[in-house]
Amino acid sequence: MAWTRKILRVDLNNGTCKSEPLNMEWAQQYLGQRGLATKYFISEVDPKVDPLSPDNKLIMTTGPLTGTPASTGGRYSVITKGALTGAIACSNSGGYFGAELKFAGWDMIIFEGKSAKPVYLAIENDKAELKDAAHLWGKTVWQTEEIIKKSHQDPQTRVCSIGRAGENGVMYACIVNDLHRAAGRSGVGTVMGSKNLKAVAVRGTQGVSIMKDAKAFMSAATAAKKVLAENAVTGQGLPTYGTQVLMNVINEMGALPTRNHRDSQFEDARKISAEAMIEKRPSDGKSHLVTNAACFGCTIACGRISRIDETHFSVVNKPEYWGASGGLEYEAAWALGAANGVGDLEALQYANLICNEDGFDPISFGATVGAAMELYELGILTEKIIGMEAPFGSAKALCDLAQMTARGEGFGKELGLGSARLCEKYGKPELSMGVKKQEFPAYDSRGIQGMGLAYATSNRGACHLRGYTVASEVLGIPVKTDPLVTEGKADLVKAFQDATAVFDSAGVCIFTTFAWTLADLQPQLAAACEGDWTMEKLAAMGERIWNMERQFNNAAGFTAKDDDLPPRLKTEPVKTGPAKGLVSGIDKMLPEYYQARGWDANGVPSKETLKRLGL
Amino acid sequence: MTAVQVTLKLFATLQDYLPLEAKKTNALALELEAGTTVQQVIERFGLPQKLCHLVLIDGAFIPPAARATRALQAGETLAIWPPIAGG
Repeated sequence: MAWTRKILRVDLNNGTCKSEPLNMEWAQQYLGQRGLATKYFISEVDPKVDPLSPDNKLIMTTGPLTGTPASTGGRYSVITKGALTGAIACSNSGGYFGAELKFAGWDMIIFEGKSAKPVYLAIENDKAELKDAAHLWGKTVWQTEEIIKKSHQDPQTRVCSIGRAGENGVMYACIVNDLHRAAGRSGVGTVMGSKNLKAVAVRGTQGVSIMKDAKAFMSAATAAKKVLAENAVTGQGLPTYGTQVLMNVINEMGALPTRNHRDSQFEDARKISAEAMIEKRPSDGKSHLVTNAACFGCTIACGRISRIDETHFSVVNKPEYWGASGGLEYEAAWALGAANGVGDLEALQYANLICNEDGFDPISFGATVGAAMELYELGILTEKIIGMEAPFGSAKALCDLAQMTARGEGFGKELGLGSARLCEKYGKPELSMGVKKQEFPAYDSRGIQGMGLAYATSNRGACHLRGYTVASEVLGIPVKTDPLVTEGKADLVKAFQDATAVFDSAGVCIFTTFAWTLADLQPQLAAACEGDWTMEKLAAMGERIWNMERQFNNAAGFTAKDDDLPPRLKTEPVKTGPAKGLVSGIDKMLPEYYQARGWDANGVPSKETLKRLGL
Repeated sequence: MTAVQVTLKLFATLQDYLPLEAKKTNALALELEAGTTVQQVIERFGLPQKLCHLVLIDGAFIPPAARATRALQAGETLAIWPPIAGG
């Protein structure tokens, strides 16, 4: 059994921590992590709940392979009703926190209620208690982690926490663990902040040793690692260049959203690419990139550790930022860069450091800055309102606004609303580039048609990690499809969404899917987990999880009207590149998708579909 | 034979096959004989076939089977990547 079979339930109203058994019947239907924790969540929480009320719950959850020798087996997820979106939120993070939680003997933690005062949860194996966090409130993520480790006198304690963004109600606040890994999207950190929960510190020494068939598991895990090592993408491409290598690819394809999606190619894309990260800087003769890095158990090691130019205007008098730290990854580099027209790599690194330090999502933040810059260029936002000039391309504005958002100062408070609420406030809701109030990631739906459908139907709002058809439409994984056409995309999106739900429920990283299929994951699960884990069972489970999330959103008040893209992407054709003249074909793809899913014209799963999936 | 002016872009590990100066932009201006195919450019620069994973002309994908017959036209940009991914 790769499950520990134990849940920690933390009542923040009363300050109590209780152990309860894991529902093993549900584990057979939903496996773990995303699937199983979502099952718990929707069984316990009213879909209409205000995300920031004490009645919302927040679950930190591992998968059955978390903490095991399976490659990338260090993942954990946070499930709640998203502050940014009002939809089901599931934010996944790597680093070492998830594995440590498992080592301490817990499959998941369910937080309910709200503490009357700031607290943090301290876990040491079976022992769990809420501790006063008055001295931590107002501290950054980095300070919080350092203070907790010192006070526990154990540098191997793993910490996840919110920064000032989560305390100040930034709607897209993250929960950051291990300094620069984050459960990043949908405002899960905002929910944590609303509960006066500052951090979770965990130390576990029990390991994960109880497998259904340990020998078979080690054999399967070793074989699967070999697949990753021998695959050119996971064995060489990702560790060498990281995700940021996509910058030039997507730009050449004319699908790099630029200046709030006004354009689809960025003239400075190369300056913020993986290739630029390894060039020596004229100022100090050092490259931006210091090394790659891996999360727990990962044999890919795509992470980037970089060092900012000490002479850059953003940090010239701030030596605290001169050390090597996390980033840049593709999504952050795009959102902080192309999305608002900034081609200054050091400025992007600074803004990314601030996002990590104070815990907010660089995708939503960068895209919101892009929307604000468009409002500024239209004369709707002024220098007086923002407190500075903020045209597209201003690296200075980007850096200053990141700091202001982190601290909840001035116009930073308004940026903390996210682009949907900001644009609504200033009378231009159509300028928010997102779905279900969550900002798009780094692919233009007009140039990669399948991603438009994936965004529109993502259960957590616009997201690339719920159905990454870029793998097929751009990279040819598992097969190459034409990014410019809508034909076949409904089935493609559904297949990616369902398979992703399985990987997200297992405890491994979705990046394994650049080399693995379900056929590589299945033997590991079958050997680790009790029960009969066939390919058919896993495939059905992925679809079941997707429909379960959909049912929650429908009950929360979302309808087919919310499965839509901003008018810009449906009416303003791409100006340059191979997608020139195209708009998104979302209106054609969506009915096909509903049909493929077995949903009615309103996006509601039919009775037959629910029955088939056991829902 | 008429000559055509094209641009060759090599990224990630393939940029090592560019002249030093061209690495700064990942781009090299080329003058080719008319009718020169994608495959002939790949061979001229000694690019390992297995590293020529993603091949685009003006951003449009060129399948492996078409590389030997697809001739570059004046003004086109040929861009090539090894196996890479992101997200």
